[in-house]
Parts: sequence; structure tokens; C-alpha cells
Amino acid sequence: MTRNVWALTQRELQATFFSPIAYIVAAVFLVATGYLFMGYTLKPGEEASVRVLLQNMAWMLIFAVPLLTMRSLSEEYATGTIETLMTAPVTDVEVVVGKFVGALVFFAALLLATLVYVLLLSWYGAADMSVVAWGYIGMLLLGALYVSVGIFASALTRYQLLAALVGAGLLGVFTLFVDALAEIQGGAWRTVLGYINILYRFEDFTKGMFDTRGLVFFLSSTAFFLFLTVKVLESRRWR
Amino acid sequence: MIHVQNLIKEYGDRRAVDGISFSIQEGEIVGFLGPNGAGKTTTIRILTCYMPATDGSATIGGYDVFTQSMHVRRIVGYLPESTPLDMQSRVREYLNFRGRIRGLDRAAREAAIRRVTEQCWLGDFVDRPIHQLSKGMRQRVGLADALLHDPKVLILDEPTVGLDPAQIRETRNLVKELAKRHTVLLSSHILPEVEATCQRTIIIAGGRIVASGSPSELKERIRGGSRLIAEVSGPNGEVRSAVGAVPGVSGVEVESDNGWHRLTIEARQGADPREEIFKLVKQKNWSLRELRLEVGSLEEFFVQITAKQLQQDQSRKEARP
Repeated sequence: MTRNVWALTQRELQATFFSPIAYIVAAVFLVATGYLFMGYTLKPGEEASVRVLLQNMAWMLIFAVPLLTMRSLSEEYATGTIETLMTAPVTDVEVVVGKFVGALVFFAALLLATLVYVLLLSWYGAADMSVVAWGYIGMLLLGALYVSVGIFASALTRYQLLAALVGAGLLGVFTLFVDALAEIQGGAWRTVLGYINILYRFEDFTKGMFDTRGLVFFLSSTAFFLFLTVKVLESRRWR
Repeated sequence: MIHVQNLIKEYGDRRAVDGISFSIQEGEIVGFLGPNGAGKTTTIRILTCYMPATDGSATIGGYDVFTQSMHVRRIVGYLPESTPLDMQSRVREYLNFRGRIRGLDRAAREAAIRRVTEQCWLGDFVDRPIHQLSKGMRQRVGLADALLHDPKVLILDEPTVGLDPAQIRETRNLVKELAKRHTVLLSSHILPEVEATCQRTIIIAGGRIVASGSPSELKERIRGGSRLIAEVSGPNGEVRSAVGAVPGVSGVEVESDNGWHRLTIEARQGADPREEIFKLVKQKNWSLRELRLEVGSLEEFFVQITAKQLQQDQSRKEARP
């Protein structure tokens, strides 16, 4: 099991580094976060904390992650390599987990690059290291969920662009849409909508608080989307 | 080695495979022949565990393709029709990855890669990126991949499609060579290909098996419709009626050119009236410059039989309200 997953992860990483899309997305993401960092954090009179930076990143990743994961399965469908993969002695679960870990490793590398901002911040003032630590752990959990949604979207279609749109759309529903809906709803609905809002759950981490509920939320919803991806992969065989 | 029982596959309400049964013994090399869309690829995809059948069963090496899929995958080497490969990899990297997911350890992989690159003449290309390779070379990489784990059964879907004539010959020889060590099932819509490489042919059309046997057996079956060609010089009308009266002859067509008559003679099933015709010509004192028996080619048989199948399908469709 682990051996196959690791082989698939390595192949995934290799394919990611081979495609120009990954570099473009990473570059645009870093430029944009850098710009926001300069404009909103590293400015006299603004709140000098990583909280704003992390929240801005969580926003941008709604678009960035689906662009990173769109080729995941779509490309296998389009080129037909899905056939050699699914007739080799690997299970559907191994395929999905391998792809997930590969994309997550790339995401983690991207996240590592943003630590430069934290360094800059601690240069100018004392950054609260527990906020930084929990914030980045939260960021990794958020990334895992985004990646699982992106891979799920990629499992639905052979067209990469469509996969990216569906992925971003789904993430939009669980962030912006539920937020807007909660505004106009009251009572119990508001609580429920608040609970499934990814960004709300992430907010606790950016305040330097560890919240088991948040951890459970991210891990279980990531597992849920990976499970759905496996089911989509299985159902394709029956068509 | 391969047993298929009453296999059915439906896509929506279309039946792509309609009750196919056949067996392939260990060491056999069998050709799967049929026009495009006959159900070859679908059958192959069921055998290689890519998709499940709607009904019926199939086993390879005693393992059920559906319930014991992982066992089947370990003993089958498969080359899909379009030869999909990881374009970003180099040949060695790709084969290494394929070896890993088949559970070969490092030493076994190195040995296997050395073996298959030699078998498929890939020696000079192992460090080339796959996207730079020609179609023919990619075909060899696909074949090398299929051979990597030394599978008992080799399933090749249209292995020569898109290759140039020299590559086709090379691939055929390679497949023949492989058949010495593996059980091979290959599909094709080109008849001479199957005739040249396979011991046995299964012809399928419209999702059903319409004929099967060795090339010579199949030829035997079409003897019934054999024809004679004769070129005779003599009085026009008399030649036709006299030859038409020879026992065993069921029909004569004449083309005349410069005093010579080219006769196309339909012989009855099992009859060979060549000697009678020669005697007739001798007796009438005509001249004869050609007389031969034209055995129907497998090609003709193939066209006939698949056309018949198509007609049946159409009339069945029309019969439905």
C-alpha cells in the first residue's frame, strides 16, 4: 500500500514540476501575497501580524489550488494513461491518495516560500511565534482540504480548465456563498452555515488558538472529498 | 489460460459485447479480428480489469477478472490501443515507475528494464524523453512496459496501428518471438496481420463471434464458393454453352477479347471441374492458355461474414417496432 502510494506520489510531483502551470500559479500566488503583505501588513499604522496575511492567502488559494490540481486526474483521462494505471496492480484508493499527497507536498513547498514574510515581520517587530505556528498548521490543513476538493473536481472531467472551474466553484460555495447566505438567514441556519464555512473554521487557527473542532472539521472533510474521488473513479468503470 | 463465458457489456441500451465465449490455451497466440466497433476493445478492457462486464464471466490463469482483479493484473501485460504513456518521463523513468507499482524491488527493476529494453530494441533510447519519440518508438515503450513483469498473458490491442510498414513487420516479428514465452491475445482489424502472426483467429462482428479457427480451417470453410478462371479461344457462343454443361459447373461469365474468352466459372460446393474442362477443350480442339482454381481469400470471407452480420443487425433493428 505505502510503496505504491509513494511511487504514485513521486510520479505526481515529477509531473507537477514538469508542467509550466505549476510555476506560473506559484509565481502569481507569491507575487500577489507579497503585494498584499507590503500593502496591508508592512505598513505604518496597519496591524503587524500574520493573521491578515494568512487570511488573504486562504482567499487566494480558492483559485490557486484548483489550478494546481486540475491536471491530477483530468490529464490521465485525456491522454488515456488512466487505462495503464487502472490495469496495473494498484487500487483506486492508492491512486487517489498518491495524487493527493503529491499535490499536498507541492502546496507545502509553496507555503514554505511564504515564510519569508514571517521572517520580515519578525525583523521589524516581534511576531508571535505561537500564532505563526498554529497559523501555518491551519494553513496546511486548509490546503489539504482545498487539494482534496481540487482532485475531486479533476476526477469529474477530462477537461483541465473545467476541472479548475468546478474546483474553484466548489470552494467558493463552502466559503463565499455560505457566508453570504448566513448573512440573510438567522437562527439555526446561521449556525449550520457558519459551521461548514471553511474560512470560519480556519480563522481560529490564525488567532493562534488550537481548536479540536477545527482539526476534526478539516481532517474529516478532506477525507470525505477523497472518498468521493475514489467513488467517482470507481463509477467511471461502470459506464 | 483465458476462459470467457457468455460475456455481455452494455453501454446504456447499446450492446457492445453480446454473449461472447471462447478459451485460449497456455502458449497459444490468438488473433481477435473484427471491423472497427465490433467489440474487440471492450472485450479486451473487461479482460484486463479496466471495466466490469454487464454479465457473464471471464477468468485469466484461473483468477476471475472481477473478483480477483489484483491477481489478474499481476499476470497480465497489456498494451492499450492508443499506447498511452507518461509524456513527461524519460523511458527509463517511466519503466522504473511501472516496475514499482508492480511490486518489483530495485534490483528486479533494473534487471527487468535491461531485459525489456533489449527485447524491444530500446537500448539507445532509454534516456530519451518519451514526448520526443516517434509513434513507432512509443509503441515499443508500451510493449516494454507490458513485458516488464514477465507476464504469463500478453494482451495487445491493435499493436501495429499507426506504424509504417517496416515497423509493422518489426512488431509482428517481435510478437511472434514473444509468443514462445507468453500466451498472446492480439486484436486487429487488418486481416493479413492476424493471418501472419496468429495460430488461431476469432472473428467478431456486432459484438458476437462469427467464426473462429486457424487460418487454414477458415479457408476450408469458404471452399464452397470457389471459382475457376479459364482462358479459352474458340467460337464464342459454343464455348459458353459447352462449359456451362460441364458437370459441377453452376455458372459461367464470359469476357471476350481478341478471340480469347476469359471465363469465370462458379463451381458447386466441393466440385473441381478443371479436368473436365481441359478434356472438353481438347475434344473440341480449342486452345487453352490459363486454367486455375481461385480459392477464396480469408479477406473475402471476412468481408462476407461481417457484411452478413451487419445485415442481420439491421434487419433485426427494422423488425423492432
